[in-house]
Amino acid sequence: MNNKTILQLVDLSKSFGAVKAVNGVSFELKRGEALGVIGPNGSGKSTLINLITGFVRPTSGKVIFKGRDITGIPPHKAVNLGIARSFQLARPFYNIPVYKNVVIPVYSPRARKHLGAKYGDRDEVAIHLLEDVGFERDSQVPYKNAGELPHGYLKRLELARCLALDPDLIILDELFSGMSMSEIASILPLLERIREEGKTLIMVEHRLSELFRVVDKTVVLNFGKKIAEGTPRQVMAVEEVTSAYLGSEVISNA
Amino acid sequence: MNPGYRKERIDRGIKVRSDDVFVLASMRDLLYVVLPRALVIILLLIFPAFQDILGSYWQNVMLSTMVIALLALSWDLLAGIGLVSLGQSLFFGMGGYLAGYLSFTFGWGPLYTLPVATVGGALLSTLTLYPILRLRGIYFGMITFAVPLLLSRVIEVTKILGGTEGMSSLPSFPNTGFELYLVMAVLFVTVYAYRMLVGTDYGLVFNAIRDNDRAVVAAGYDIQWYKAQGVFIAALPACFAGAFMTHHFQFVGMPAFALDYSILPLTSVVIGGVGTFFGAVLGSFVLVPLSELLREFGSLRVVVYSLMLLVFTIGLPEGIFRFVLRKYHQFERLVPMEEASNE
Ligand SMILES: Nc1ncnc2c1ncn2[C@@H]1O[C@H](COP(=O)(O)OP(=O)(O)O)[C@@H](O)[C@H]1O
Ligand SMILES: [Mg+2]
Repeated sequence: MNNKTILQLVDLSKSFGAVKAVNGVSFELKRGEALGVIGPNGSGKSTLINLITGFVRPTSGKVIFKGRDITGIPPHKAVNLGIARSFQLARPFYNIPVYKNVVIPVYSPRARKHLGAKYGDRDEVAIHLLEDVGFERDSQVPYKNAGELPHGYLKRLELARCLALDPDLIILDELFSGMSMSEIASILPLLERIREEGKTLIMVEHRLSELFRVVDKTVVLNFGKKIAEGTPRQVMAVEEVTSAYLGSEVISNA
Repeated sequence: MNPGYRKERIDRGIKVRSDDVFVLASMRDLLYVVLPRALVIILLLIFPAFQDILGSYWQNVMLSTMVIALLALSWDLLAGIGLVSLGQSLFFGMGGYLAGYLSFTFGWGPLYTLPVATVGGALLSTLTLYPILRLRGIYFGMITFAVPLLLSRVIEVTKILGGTEGMSSLPSFPNTGFELYLVMAVLFVTVYAYRMLVGTDYGLVFNAIRDNDRAVVAAGYDIQWYKAQGVFIAALPACFAGAFMTHHFQFVGMPAFALDYSILPLTSVVIGGVGTFFGAVLGSFVLVPLSELLREFGSLRVVVYSLMLLVFTIGLPEGIFRFVLRKYHQFERLVPMEEASNE
């Protein structure tokens, strides 16, 4: 492991009863890299995210972030070390206005410590972040309760809440699902920009062609096991990958 | 089709113009906004002046009403964090016993016991509940229900803190008027402070925890620690209430953990409406005097509480306060059916 490595998983496993949701997964990620994680439904992608972010404690194995063993730390501590995640099923604060949803991370211990004075008026900062993910400031949308938002907006709200934390590693669980083609198209440049800022990205996605425009490396999971790793082109050439997808997903041409 | 009239509800002008910040255009608008607030405050303030007319009985009813209102405010704040308490008597008993103990053992007067028992009781209550803050929904409720019952059994069996006899002959307040004004002042401060709190970003975190605690964790908050702070803040007025009643009765004993102190605040908030704090107070001012009027029915009063809980959760879930507020901001007029269908 060299000093450019930001995240290292060592033989990470998690069982739920008899189900081996994640089974001996190892990989390394360098600072600034973008990794795609793909695999059929139930192959352990979300569980893998939960293991990295501390939401689920691994049965065995290690998570090393910035050279520090963070296996099984409480999830809020993982955030404070610089790991932000979004949820596959959006978890907005339904009874709170959209911009106040973003004020929660803007007011968080990490944002206050890390960004300090740069963050002026928190409501204003929140609205800026919402603009970044494509909410129109002058529309009524940022002031509505989050419960009134359509699905695509909720996913973008998830992204805004991640960005508010100014994380070093961003993990997005199926950000694109529930978004329209045009919504995805408008998010892609933002993801580019996030990468240019030197942030490291992990994206779990089913929309492969869009995913492959963002990531430079892909890990494929099947039944909790890593069955392939490499550039998008490399993994899609592996026969086990295509057969794992057959019947469960339609592979869009990358 | 018979041509008739239908009722149309219209929001009053100033309510339409802005939801929170009132835009005042005339003296009438000003009166409209200020009058209801002023009326309530004036009524409360002059109440003790009518002491002689009312007699000590209704003064005591007023006192217990405000004490229950403090417990109801505390309940409402906890509910705002997603913690449903079925054991407000825990806080009441903690404050009450701490004040009683300090007074009984060291001879302290209310001037010292009230602040110490308020803060100390809140700390003790928070420590007691800390291990179960992880629990959500009904599980938290059930344990809070059990803890005060357990504590009073412990006191009974171990005979500590006076055992079944309790501690009596404690110092009292100068007079009833003083008591009324003191509790009223604390009531005002609590409502004001709680309304302020939920308007800040700090208070927003509490609301967010209720909405979706995992998303708050994902923003890097230690929600266990936040919930503990919330419980402490909620325990303050409730512990004060307990400490106050200890000196009012000049006695503290196992009744401090009684079920009434858990049921009445909860029912009050349901009647008045959750999440506004005004509703909690309003509900107490409806429920407690009513339950006094029904005193002769003895234990049958519980039936009345249950019925009210039932009627309000089903019939008026928003509570009296929001209902009245909505009506106050609207007026109704009759419009002919034809005109209405043209819209
Ligand atoms: N909390 C849980 N309890 C029990 N089983 C779980 C839990 N979370 C995930 N699983 C199981 O682990 C496997 C992997 O699930 P998941 O990580 O959600 O897959 P993916 O995100 O790739 O669709 C599935 O079989 C799922 O049923
Ligand atoms: Mg998943």
